[in-house]
Amino acid sequence: MIPRHLVIGLTVLLVAALGMTIYALHMRKVATNVAAADTRPLGPPVAGPTEQVVLFDAHDEDGTLRAESARIPLPSGRQQRAEELLRALLSIYLDKSSPHVLGPGSDVRSVFLVDPGVAVIDVNSAFADTHRSGVLVEELTVTSLIHTVSANTPGVLKVQILVDGKERDTLAGHADLTSYYDVMAVNQLATQLQSGQ
Amino acid sequence: MRLVASSAVILLSAFLLSGAAPEKHLSVYSVVANYSLTLVQRDRRDYVGLLEVLEPLGKVSARTDGSHWRLRYNNVEGDFQSNRPHVRIQGRDYDLGGKFFMENGRGLVPLTSLNSILPRFLGGPVSLHEDSGRLFIGSVATHFTASLAADNRLVFNFTAPVNPTIATEPGALHMTFTREPLVGPASPTLTFGSKTISSANYRETNGAAVVTVNSAIPVIASFGNSGRTITISPTAIVAAQGTAATAPGSAPGAPAQGSSAPGNQATPAQPAATPATPPSGPWRRYFAVVDASHGGDDHGETLSSTLLEKDVTVELARSLRQELESRGIATLVLRDSDANLSLDQRAIFTNSDHAAIYVALHAASSGHGVRIYTALLPYSEDDRGPFRSWGAAQHAWLPLSQSTASAVAAEMQKRQIPVRTLLAPLRPLNNVTGAAIAVEVAPQGSDLTQLTAPDYQQLITSAVATAIASTRDQLGSAP
Repeated sequence: MIPRHLVIGLTVLLVAALGMTIYALHMRKVATNVAAADTRPLGPPVAGPTEQVVLFDAHDEDGTLRAESARIPLPSGRQQRAEELLRALLSIYLDKSSPHVLGPGSDVRSVFLVDPGVAVIDVNSAFADTHRSGVLVEELTVTSLIHTVSANTPGVLKVQILVDGKERDTLAGHADLTSYYDVMAVNQLATQLQSGQ
Repeated sequence: MRLVASSAVILLSAFLLSGAAPEKHLSVYSVVANYSLTLVQRDRRDYVGLLEVLEPLGKVSARTDGSHWRLRYNNVEGDFQSNRPHVRIQGRDYDLGGKFFMENGRGLVPLTSLNSILPRFLGGPVSLHEDSGRLFIGSVATHFTASLAADNRLVFNFTAPVNPTIATEPGALHMTFTREPLVGPASPTLTFGSKTISSANYRETNGAAVVTVNSAIPVIASFGNSGRTITISPTAIVAAQGTAATAPGSAPGAPAQGSSAPGNQATPAQPAATPATPPSGPWRRYFAVVDASHGGDDHGETLSSTLLEKDVTVELARSLRQELESRGIATLVLRDSDANLSLDQRAIFTNSDHAAIYVALHAASSGHGVRIYTALLPYSEDDRGPFRSWGAAQHAWLPLSQSTASAVAAEMQKRQIPVRTLLAPLRPLNNVTGAAIAVEVAPQGSDLTQLTAPDYQQLITSAVATAIASTRDQLGSAP
């Protein structure tokens, strides 16, 4: 005869296990729905007081990265600020007369700032799918994004780039996207690219 | 207390097991299409959606009528009933071997029932490999033979083109066929009586066929005969071929023996001609490894409507090999045909050969001249005790790589070729345990045809080869 307290204890645990399983499945479904969510902007562009920032934009003609000062409206949240910075950068690249053209529809879906010191830049699939292929042209884009975020967001030490919320091998066949970028190493690369030599 | 602890273990196990079950698949092969479907578990059996099985094969529709689910495929109608273990097709009853389930308008049948009910709908035979989840509709099987050549190459011949995923581990090379209706030989194990490549095994698992080649030394797979031939060669033979290709009498830039240019018939494996530098055995060390980047499905940059980066890099690799060997440097070309080779495989072959210098070749339409890259590595190492981080395996060799890159840049400048040296997040540079550089070649002006001009290619490869030859002592004494 199994003691009564043991039966009760096991029953409670099994119910708890079942509950946690249902909860886990529910959370997975929610995560899937979020990943498949519409990527169109949900609200109007940020308005309000503008701030002076430095954008590092790529120039294909001489394969360089150049620091450009700009005044853009920025929200107060750190994460939202990083997103707006990159959207300002992308607005340069999406212009017809851009020095470093990105494909139509390229966008930054979101930027996540994860303590301690990790930033995750999530670009949409159009960004990667329409990106031109080549070592230099891809590393200009990657460096431009990372250096713009890290230079204007204190405390960022590592950056990962996702495409549509998922890890991807390369941006367009060359620049590695499988691992975190060390900001100090990217700073060194940015210096090389700024010198143009 | 013990009760609580053991209960916690049960709870944790139940939770982990609830999400850890691997997804099972059914691969369907037919003359119309090859596709894969996910299996679901009902009543502790494998079930599959019947509509999904038939949809790619012809005109199919289904409608729900109370507890009945009526499926129409072309002119054949089947009447399934929820929770009943049989189906009526064209007025006759057939046993399903398990209950039929109707879920959200989807009809689920036991996997085992496909053998009996599909021929009624399709009007032809099917063959279900139930344990491995593979379904063959009609006569679609691809067969293969394997034979070992005198020079220890193992040649697989297939009755139809194949494109498996290739993975290596110490002592084995695995070819996984997911999209191909590959069927095994009479015996699942083929033995070859060789110490180098001893045997090959065939097995089927979860919607795929896997051929494993067991070898005592590192081997490499190359494709030929438009995907109908796969040759497994010891890396030593691949390198010896590279040497032979530049032996007196060979045409400059000609492909190595046994390799296959796109669209060409693969030649049977022949013993390599006497190399300029006699090999010291199967573990001969190649001073330089030249890697024609991209290949196979990976085209690299589409330089023009008729020019792909992967084709330019092969030409550059052959030219560089010739330049290096003319300077007495034993060279291994990693990719000398239109083969798929993963970045990890490229690094593994380079590292296992203990090459002094690895040179990856790229071509680009943007910019002018040449860019020399070395690995962009994190400042802080992520090693664990004696284990090196794969992502930063290059760390100890980075200074040597950078000095080699500088030497190559200096040679380019002597030839008045515009050149830059840069760091780059470019795999597999960061995985190589030796000096490693990448050379990206762009035209000097806007004319992309310069990339395929032999004189321009030679101008660049001779500069790279001269720089490597001048730093040979330094590279040879690498850590």
